[in-house]
Amino acid sequence: MLKNYLKLSLKILGRRKFFTFVSLFGIGFTLLVLTLSAAVLDHIFSPYPPETRGNRTLVIDAVRMQGKDSMSTGPAGYALYDRYMRDIPQVERLAIISSPEMVISYWKGARLQSMLRRTDADYFRILDFEFIEGGPFGDVDVSEGRLVAVINESTKRKFFGDSHAVGQSMEADGQTFKVVGVVPDVPIFRLMATGDLYVPITTAKSDYYKTRLRGGFMALFLLKDEDAAPGVQQEFKARLKKVELPPGFDKILGKPQTFFASFAQAFIGDFEGEDAGDRLFAILITAATLFMILPAVNLVNLNLSRALERASEIGVRRAFGASARDLLLQFLFENVVISVVGGVLAFAGTALVLGALNQSDLIPYAHFALNWRIATWGFAFALAFGVISGVWPAWILSRLTPIQALAGGVK
Amino acid sequence: MTVPMIRLENVEKVYRTDRIETVALSGVNLDIEEGEFVSIMGPSGCGKSTLLHLMGLLDAPSKGTISLNGAAVTDASDASLARLRNQQIGFVFQSFHLIPDLSVLDNVEIPLLYRKVGATERRRAAEGALERVGLSARMHHFPSQLSGGQQQRVAIARAIVGRPRVLLADEPTGNLDSQMGDDILSILQDLNSKERTTLVMVTHDPRQAEKTARTIRMFDGRRVN
Repeated sequence: MLKNYLKLSLKILGRRKFFTFVSLFGIGFTLLVLTLSAAVLDHIFSPYPPETRGNRTLVIDAVRMQGKDSMSTGPAGYALYDRYMRDIPQVERLAIISSPEMVISYWKGARLQSMLRRTDADYFRILDFEFIEGGPFGDVDVSEGRLVAVINESTKRKFFGDSHAVGQSMEADGQTFKVVGVVPDVPIFRLMATGDLYVPITTAKSDYYKTRLRGGFMALFLLKDEDAAPGVQQEFKARLKKVELPPGFDKILGKPQTFFASFAQAFIGDFEGEDAGDRLFAILITAATLFMILPAVNLVNLNLSRALERASEIGVRRAFGASARDLLLQFLFENVVISVVGGVLAFAGTALVLGALNQSDLIPYAHFALNWRIATWGFAFALAFGVISGVWPAWILSRLTPIQALAGGVK
Repeated sequence: MTVPMIRLENVEKVYRTDRIETVALSGVNLDIEEGEFVSIMGPSGCGKSTLLHLMGLLDAPSKGTISLNGAAVTDASDASLARLRNQQIGFVFQSFHLIPDLSVLDNVEIPLLYRKVGATERRRAAEGALERVGLSARMHHFPSQLSGGQQQRVAIARAIVGRPRVLLADEPTGNLDSQMGDDILSILQDLNSKERTTLVMVTHDPRQAEKTARTIRMFDGRRVN
């Protein structure tokens, strides 16, 4: 039966070209926007290198300090992690990294701008950078404050062209660093991993950062296993209570979370809720559904008006043995087929738009690509759109009595 | 005593809108025996087609009982009625009602889609039915490529492909010239005589009614003979 429904759907699509064009345009455009959004979100949150250990990595990029009359929200200070959060049971490694900072270099007569990150050696043990040249700096480089740098591929090209970078020196923010490693560019969305230059934290121009509880630093926790997250979060919370806060503040909030939940917390701005990731996911799904509803209503209208043309077919099918349920399934199936065709077109359109985005350099270091996760989301959107826009017309049509349908009576 | 193939007892059909009530049929009693060829005649609007639609379970009576082969079907569910229409009844309509998007062969297969019949068997049965009405050469054409007479023959093939016990024809020759009309009638007569298919035909044409075994006359929603 499904084979027949499919055959009929394709025949109808082929023979009613104008309707097919109008429907596919609406469906394709809606699904293009959704699939594109899914591709961008996938690019931001999925486990691409160097964030390949996402299942046992927790991150924290912001905390909130509260007092009776004051509140301060933003990245924590180095002191919070260094003094209070070391040696949490079930944490294999802790890396502390500065927030991105734009620095200027004067190089061969040119003024170059780069994003500088100051960090420690464990950073390169938690994130899985694939070194193109050389390797990371180590614990000794950090403890002795050596002026060494790991740079990304684009920075290497800007400073050294096609020649080897490792062993060469470069100037940034008034300091001269010796390049020890080159890593691939990391998209700017990946807040923990993106950067042009990564240098030891101890090369900071003053030690003031070591005393601050708020400002300028993020942290990554590599867990011993992925089930350890709740325990680590609990311990983090308990340790926050022991933090000696500056005058005017009596509470500090924040917790290490997955990459997605951490983004969600910043997006939603709720530091006390337990499930920012789930809430953001629900918001995104609701937004996608709402976005589908308007074009779905249009398609419902189009389907219902077109049903007048097909009233005789409905009557004939009813007369020769189709039950209301058979017709409901047939019309729903037809709508899902056209939506899936629209989904395939949207997927191809997404590939073109993503290619153009990659080429345009609009988003630094973005290398958007399609994969099975995006295909699955695209298919799910097409299916949902097909069902949302198909159920109502299918229901109306299937409720017609054979006589109403044969008389062309679709009201 | 044999059970009639179709029995209508005190059947009434009233169409209601917000403002008016139209009585289409009133107090109709009727038995149609297995293997009979019956014609229904009467002026336009007298309820002939309504009567045929009720016999074919395409519509429900406002009052009264309809039995098919001894079993009352008036209160049957939508799915049961669909099954009965599929297995026991075939329809031929005045305006053919072929699906324009489907080929002749696909049109004829429609009743079998709602049975558990494999694709090969379905195709074979549809080809057989088309052969029966002399349209084997046109099976891959679309309805719009056929003449009116040929389209009605396709409609007959579709009606008989599932070997129904009852064939209901609503002015099957009404849109055809007299020669084509005679051809269609002879196919129906052939089905009745050779396969003992019970046939009920609505017609305006007394010449055609004479060729049936019995004529039921209707006037103002009532049976008058």
